[in-house]
Amino acid sequence: MNTAAVRFKGVSRHYGSVRAVDEVDLSIAEGEFFAMLGPSGSGKTTCLRLIAGFDQPTAGEITIFGEDTRGVPPYKRHVNTVFQDYALFPHMNVLDNVAYGLMIAGMPKAERHKRAEGALELVALPGFGGRKPSELSGGQRQRVALARALINEPRVLLLDEPLGALDLKLREQMQQELKDLQRKLGITFIFVTHDQGEALSMADRVAVFNDGKIVQIGKPEDVYYRPEVPFVADFVGSSNVLPPHVVEKIAGKWTHASVRPEAVSLVDAGLGVDGLHATVHSTAFLGTATRVSLDLDGFSMVALLPKGTRIPETGEQVHVKWSPEDLHLMDTA
Amino acid sequence: MSEHVLETERSGGLRGISDVLWRNPRLVIFLLLAPPALWLGIVYLGSLFALLAQSFYSIDEFSGLIQYEFTLKTYGELFTPANFDIIVRTVVMSASVTIAAAIIAFPIAYFAARYAKGKWKALFYIGVMLPLWSSYLVKVYSWKLILAKEGILNWLFETLHLSWLLNAYLSIPVIGGNSLSVSATGTFLVFLYVWLPFMVLPIQASLERVPPSMLEASGDLGASPQQTFRHVLLPLALPGVIAGSIFTFSLTLGDYIIPQIVGTSRRFIGQAVYAYQGTAGNIPLAAAFAVVPIVIMAFYLWVAKRKGAFDAL
Repeated sequence: MNTAAVRFKGVSRHYGSVRAVDEVDLSIAEGEFFAMLGPSGSGKTTCLRLIAGFDQPTAGEITIFGEDTRGVPPYKRHVNTVFQDYALFPHMNVLDNVAYGLMIAGMPKAERHKRAEGALELVALPGFGGRKPSELSGGQRQRVALARALINEPRVLLLDEPLGALDLKLREQMQQELKDLQRKLGITFIFVTHDQGEALSMADRVAVFNDGKIVQIGKPEDVYYRPEVPFVADFVGSSNVLPPHVVEKIAGKWTHASVRPEAVSLVDAGLGVDGLHATVHSTAFLGTATRVSLDLDGFSMVALLPKGTRIPETGEQVHVKWSPEDLHLMDTA
Repeated sequence: MSEHVLETERSGGLRGISDVLWRNPRLVIFLLLAPPALWLGIVYLGSLFALLAQSFYSIDEFSGLIQYEFTLKTYGELFTPANFDIIVRTVVMSASVTIAAAIIAFPIAYFAARYAKGKWKALFYIGVMLPLWSSYLVKVYSWKLILAKEGILNWLFETLHLSWLLNAYLSIPVIGGNSLSVSATGTFLVFLYVWLPFMVLPIQASLERVPPSMLEASGDLGASPQQTFRHVLLPLALPGVIAGSIFTFSLTLGDYIIPQIVGTSRRFIGQAVYAYQGTAGNIPLAAAFAVVPIVIMAFYLWVAKRKGAFDAL
């Protein structure tokens, strides 16, 4: 299939002088689990709203399965959305919420309720139909929102930070379930998140947004291990983007370089081993590892030391080292 | 720095009172609620029961004195054709004013809740509240001038060569009359104007609580704007519409000044109450008339509740 599920051609959305989305080009294949990752205000949610039709681009063209979406209202697009706040209708019970799309389409009550029961089973909430949304927990509401969005059998499902309001354990469980569900249904998922772990663990491909532009697009491993710009290195991997004078010293012609915190090792300054000189600023115990914040002549850097390594004291002088293959070089203006 | 973390010694004066109140939250609630509860309980409910009691007495037709004996005779009088006419007229007027007010208020409230921000929101509040700043009587008399035969509305119709239209309308029985200022339509327009803010504000408050994502979700699931209005926006705004209609409906039911200044000589409940308790000295019948709006409102709220109007609260 060579028609893309969703394609952006030079799409911009400006609000006055603010460029929320700025000349974005993008192509999402059918059946792909695609993540839009970026800090808040980076334009990822606006892109999602442009696909859903809640907002119109200032310039450029968006096609869904090859069809131009210009002037097509949301209710005429076969894409459905799972909202960040779930947006369940408080005056309807769960079953009527899930069956809403079918009710609008004019399906008789008995049939749509039967289908809605099926959708609730799909999201592991059988028998919850009689309850009001206010009687459900956050995780259950999220599943209802998912069932409601899936009942119209969309070809593209848009998810706007759907796991943002859940606690850590539930998030991890839902991440797995969403991924399984996407495999099972085979429809295109477009997932907006500011959580890099979520994007990397779930998506087939990730687009990293910053200031309304896509700064890198690729497989999770590429984005994680081979960032093309310092922003991606910093935001996606929490990598240490090295100061220019250090880069100049170790790799002349490159302008930027990064090294992952787990690749950094610390050596006692007294041992006379060659390396960069640093002062320990603070340490934080994370369970499986300890995060050490370092100060390199006013430039901060983070090392992640595995269990069993000696953890230096705050204020201690150390030498910072890494293997040459862990140094990632970027050539960008 | 102080030696102790806790200030354990008791302090006197106002701080001492604060300490006592802090330790007894129930006392605080009691102190806050007692005055209004007394006010409502004695002054308001008391007078309501006195009214109710009066309506079960009757008046001696020969002596004109009140007979303090329980009877339903006075209520029976409400159903004589002349009196029942007054009730029907008032209820129809109140219902028309309420429906018209809801239709006009909804778009205004929707604009204010969804689109107005900052300066525009302030302008909205001033626009809605401004009529409430001036005297009710002055507003009603200004409307009389607007609607009168020599008034600006008549002039406007003449200038546009549409006098025939106005005259045709005024020749319709019941709602027409010699001029707008002495027609039932005139009474309706003034009622509508005077009570409109009481409809706009509750609807605006209820619409403000509907998150935009709720409407987007409806559209996302295939609902056209009309369907979204019917299945999502209206049900969620209904408590506000009901609250507003309680104001417009009950205020119209009880008003006796507007129909006296603008409109026909046919009476409304308020005017009947005023006349019977005053010049006629028939307090029992006045009381029975006054009970009618209370019964109608209770019935209205009961129906609204049964129809699920408050489900979204």
